[in-house]
Amino acid sequence: MASPVVLLGPQRLEPTLGLAVDALGVRGRIAAVTAGWEERESEDQELGEHLGGRILNLELFRRSEEVYERDTELFEATREWRQKRHRLRELYQLRLKHALKAARLLLRREGDDPLLEREREAAIAAVRELDDHHLRGVAEVETEFADRMNVAERPEVARHRAEIERVLADVDALCIAGGHVGVLIERMRLFDLLPLLGDKPVFAWSAGAMVISERIVLFHDRPPQGAGDAEVFGRGLGVCKGIVPLPHAKHRLRLKDTARVALLARRFHPALCAAMDEAARLDWDGATWTLNGKARCLGVDGTVDGEPT
Amino acid sequence: MSQLIQELQRSRLTGPAIDEFLAKHTFPLVEGTSVTFAYRGRADQVLLRHWIYSMPSTQAFARLQDTDLWFLTMDLPEKSRVEYKLEVVNGDEHRLVQDPLNPHTAMDPYGANSVVHGEGYAFPEWALPDPEAREGEVIDHHIQSDVLRESRPISVYLPARYRRKRRYPLLVVHDGQDYMRFSVLKTVLDNLIHRLEIEPMIVALTQSPNRLSEYADDERHADFLVKELVPLIEDMYPLRGTPDARGLMGASFGAVASLAAAWRHPGAFGKLFLQSGSFAFTDIGDHDRGPVFDPVVEFTNAFRKNPGRPAERLFVSCGTYESLIYYNRSMVPLLQSTGMDVRYVETRDGHNWENWRDTLRAGLSYLFPGPLWMVYE
Repeated sequence: MASPVVLLGPQRLEPTLGLAVDALGVRGRIAAVTAGWEERESEDQELGEHLGGRILNLELFRRSEEVYERDTELFEATREWRQKRHRLRELYQLRLKHALKAARLLLRREGDDPLLEREREAAIAAVRELDDHHLRGVAEVETEFADRMNVAERPEVARHRAEIERVLADVDALCIAGGHVGVLIERMRLFDLLPLLGDKPVFAWSAGAMVISERIVLFHDRPPQGAGDAEVFGRGLGVCKGIVPLPHAKHRLRLKDTARVALLARRFHPALCAAMDEAARLDWDGATWTLNGKARCLGVDGTVDGEPT
Repeated sequence: MSQLIQELQRSRLTGPAIDEFLAKHTFPLVEGTSVTFAYRGRADQVLLRHWIYSMPSTQAFARLQDTDLWFLTMDLPEKSRVEYKLEVVNGDEHRLVQDPLNPHTAMDPYGANSVVHGEGYAFPEWALPDPEAREGEVIDHHIQSDVLRESRPISVYLPARYRRKRRYPLLVVHDGQDYMRFSVLKTVLDNLIHRLEIEPMIVALTQSPNRLSEYADDERHADFLVKELVPLIEDMYPLRGTPDARGLMGASFGAVASLAAAWRHPGAFGKLFLQSGSFAFTDIGDHDRGPVFDPVVEFTNAFRKNPGRPAERLFVSCGTYESLIYYNRSMVPLLQSTGMDVRYVETRDGHNWENWRDTLRAGLSYLFPGPLWMVYE
């Protein structure tokens, strides 16, 4: 049976994790992944206090640093695959810029006549094809790396994974905090910990929510440099399906710009583009999503939660 | 003349009618691309004093018939920001005052000016204190300089969540205290770091008691920065210590000091942020900017002959209402020809600290881009 999953809004200013944990009846200890915080990984006091001192930090960042220090062959291969991913990303961004510009222009055109709609649909399909092409490219590089390096069998990785397994046996749930989404997904893949969790609930927010979905979408509509083209970063862990979590949406997205909202929603349809601001909560039971709290959905018509913003 | 003033002129010009008119509208009155200034009071003459280079620096108000209401209508292009004062003349008395009808002012080291914003100008919300942003800390030091033969105050900005284990980039800022006070640099750093738009960085804020001479390509100043200040700061704080993680910044003469120091020590600073640089030069004959500019012109002329490659990445900005716009525009192709990455931005503003505030986000995020796309906390 799949783990129940709860996705939450950012926790720093309005922590809701405790309520969500209680609502699912989790009484015991909770394993925590804070690897997205990188060198601040161990600064989990606030999180611990919020959960009444019952967290066990899996320290994936520290563990990965140890692995890379001792297994230099793996470290070099990891660096090489990061460079390949970076190169793929540059090339993808180059094409994406033009594809998104065309789609935006068409969505901003007044009117809804069938000819215009036909071209809009085609422009969005071109963006989706490009996203899929990039996802396939990243997946190929990842698979080649994993096969060649046989990561799970490497002694340093196996040793840490065994330790993680013992910790996970002793907890009732796992929580995954936000932070650097690239660092987080890499560490979670390295130790491949989710199969060790069984059907225990997973609570995740911000980058944590992004990495457990099927694909990781990076986004910002108001960057100080550049056009703000949302991009697919790579595959997520796929613990939950049919969702694109968009943390800090009110700050990062122009939610009143119906053309941009519609493009994002149509691009990833039928997946739900979920605006995850403070106090947002989404529950996944293995088949369907339930919106709770202040979670909002981006509509294909450019509205948010069916409401013009 | 403004349509509203024309309408007022056609009405009965009684004291209460003028009171009502002034109460009903916000002054200066911005209508599309024109602005009307108003002044009410006894005067022989009222003048607008501004620092828009391409226009006469004083513009006379007209008196509305035999009332005590004075007005002046002039062009104000979109997104402009103009600082000004009013000169009220009564007999031999000339008073330079802020506009009594305009609550908006801008501070600078000499006091405060009134400010008018053209249509479309948006106050940078990232320059306002954000309660969600974690605050950095400023630590004051004194550095004994052998080169300058005196002690200099240096303030060091440490970003929120500063950690000794981490390695930070360094930005050295000329006139740092002025940037903090008049361009709200600390608030901007706190906000942009919080928003992940720039890297968490350590910022060394310098302040010179003799800026006009030291900043004008004084070899001792460049040596102080490169041979004393940077090594000392790198000893005290966890800095990356590589040229690509070192920036130098300044406005006006501070921009000259930045470029001159980098030129004298190529490769010491990988990044330069030059705002409204006083890069006066001559193609033939003498300059007319006074003796204080002699060493500046000498430097800029020498630089133009042999620019070298003082840094790798430059952000250059200037206001189109500044007298320096010609020099800055001329410098850009030269800077680009060296192979450096150069971004140049113009604003419809003058030579002032709020102009420099308004380009901080664009400049800092270009030079020290943050992990905006990758971090979701």
